[in-house]
Amino acid sequence: MKIDLEAIEETAKLLYIRALKVLPDDIKDGFQRLDASETDATGKSILATMIKNIDVAEDTDNLLCQDTGIPIYNVTIGRGVETDGIDLKDAIRKGCARATTEYPLRSSVVHPVTRVNEHTSCGHRVPVINIDFSDQAEELVIEMIPKGSGSENGSFLKMCIPAEGLGGIKTFVIDKVMEAGGKVCPPTIVGVGVGGTADLCSKLAKIAATRPLGSVCGDPEGAKLEQELGRAVNSLGIGPQGLGGDSTSFAVHVEIAATHITMNPVAVNIQCHSARRARATFKPDGVEIGF
Amino acid sequence: MADYNFSMPCTEDDIRKLRIGDHVTLQDTLFGIRDATQIHMFDKGRETRLDLNGHAVIHTAPNVKKVPVSNSCPAGYQSICIGTTTSARMERFTRPLMERNGVRIIIGKGGLGSDSAAAFKELGGVYLAIIGGTAALETTWIDRILDADLDDLNPESLWQFEIHDFGPLLVAMDANGDSLYDAVRDTAEERRAAALASMGVDT
Repeated sequence: MKIDLEAIEETAKLLYIRALKVLPDDIKDGFQRLDASETDATGKSILATMIKNIDVAEDTDNLLCQDTGIPIYNVTIGRGVETDGIDLKDAIRKGCARATTEYPLRSSVVHPVTRVNEHTSCGHRVPVINIDFSDQAEELVIEMIPKGSGSENGSFLKMCIPAEGLGGIKTFVIDKVMEAGGKVCPPTIVGVGVGGTADLCSKLAKIAATRPLGSVCGDPEGAKLEQELGRAVNSLGIGPQGLGGDSTSFAVHVEIAATHITMNPVAVNIQCHSARRARATFKPDGVEIGF
Repeated sequence: MADYNFSMPCTEDDIRKLRIGDHVTLQDTLFGIRDATQIHMFDKGRETRLDLNGHAVIHTAPNVKKVPVSNSCPAGYQSICIGTTTSARMERFTRPLMERNGVRIIIGKGGLGSDSAAAFKELGGVYLAIIGGTAALETTWIDRILDADLDDLNPESLWQFEIHDFGPLLVAMDANGDSLYDAVRDTAEERRAAALASMGVDT
């Protein structure tokens, strides 16, 4: 399958705008689940407003949240896909910039030293474009995630040592959820990376934070941690917006990687309740848009 | 817990009667302010021509569209999506914003810290919690963008909005020095050991 770069550019633009407007069904279902079980009056009222906002955004064809985030494009290339990597990345970048200038969206991206905003949502190494491969034949997938800064600022890494054990990992997650409090726009998805190197561990936490609700860690030990941490986080009483309640998080997601005999790293990356994603799947017979 | 309706600007007396848990709905005027706006105002000595005395500011950097100046867009900007951001980053600007510019109300998400609580108590101010991530709804409470000062910082300009029925917003920090966030943090700290014990971790 040969990739049409104009279609990639158009789709990169469309995905950014769509992700900002329509929440995935798994997140909407997550809200219904939390709303049904929330016992705190303030928490319940905040959840009701969040649910109303999802409807208002769709009814008025508006963005869910003012934060257009840092744009992230996760590209997964299947077998038999023919494309030039540099041109593919360039087309995604152009689509991202066009979404910003043509819609127009707030460009939330600045140079880290000069703080100059190019008003394109682009800059050096941004949008973040992650490339991976799959054994799916004749298929290219682009997932777009506008990652909000309130929750991205709730990112933490600790190079625990083996003597701290699993207890060190669990304690770190609980303490960071407490430290983040209402700043990360709860209810959240708490992404936890366990193992790997420092950079891989942080990347795992991001993958975990942006996984659909209902998905489970592929490793049985990771899946067990998800259950334990999920219950523990929601027992703290932080609640929606950090103003009290049971609904601190939709879920805790864990991703793991093997690590060194001397290492026990843990990373936390948090996704806010506006857990936005959009996905395009390119196949020989056309493009399918979803979540 | 009482409900209030304020036509802005308001007075110190209006503010001092508010208690955490009350709700306030604002009318008429609201200003938008952000990290860069305040870094330039308080660290780089820039002045604004806008009068914030007795007013409310919301921590925001909106999505706007540049359009020709008209009655509905007097500043040449049409609002697209306006919501809030995490307030904690702007903690150190609360006092100068109140002392130098006379601001009475700060609106945002996630709360402010002890320095802001002290400034609210001493100078007569409150923090109103608006719900982060619900900007589509909040945009419907904003009628027009009246002005944009320090606009080279766009989208972190100092914005003046014309509003109607902006709220109800929860009084989360009051001029008594009380904070709903402190109460939630205390609860979480009390429950921390039990949460860890439930996972087999001793503290």
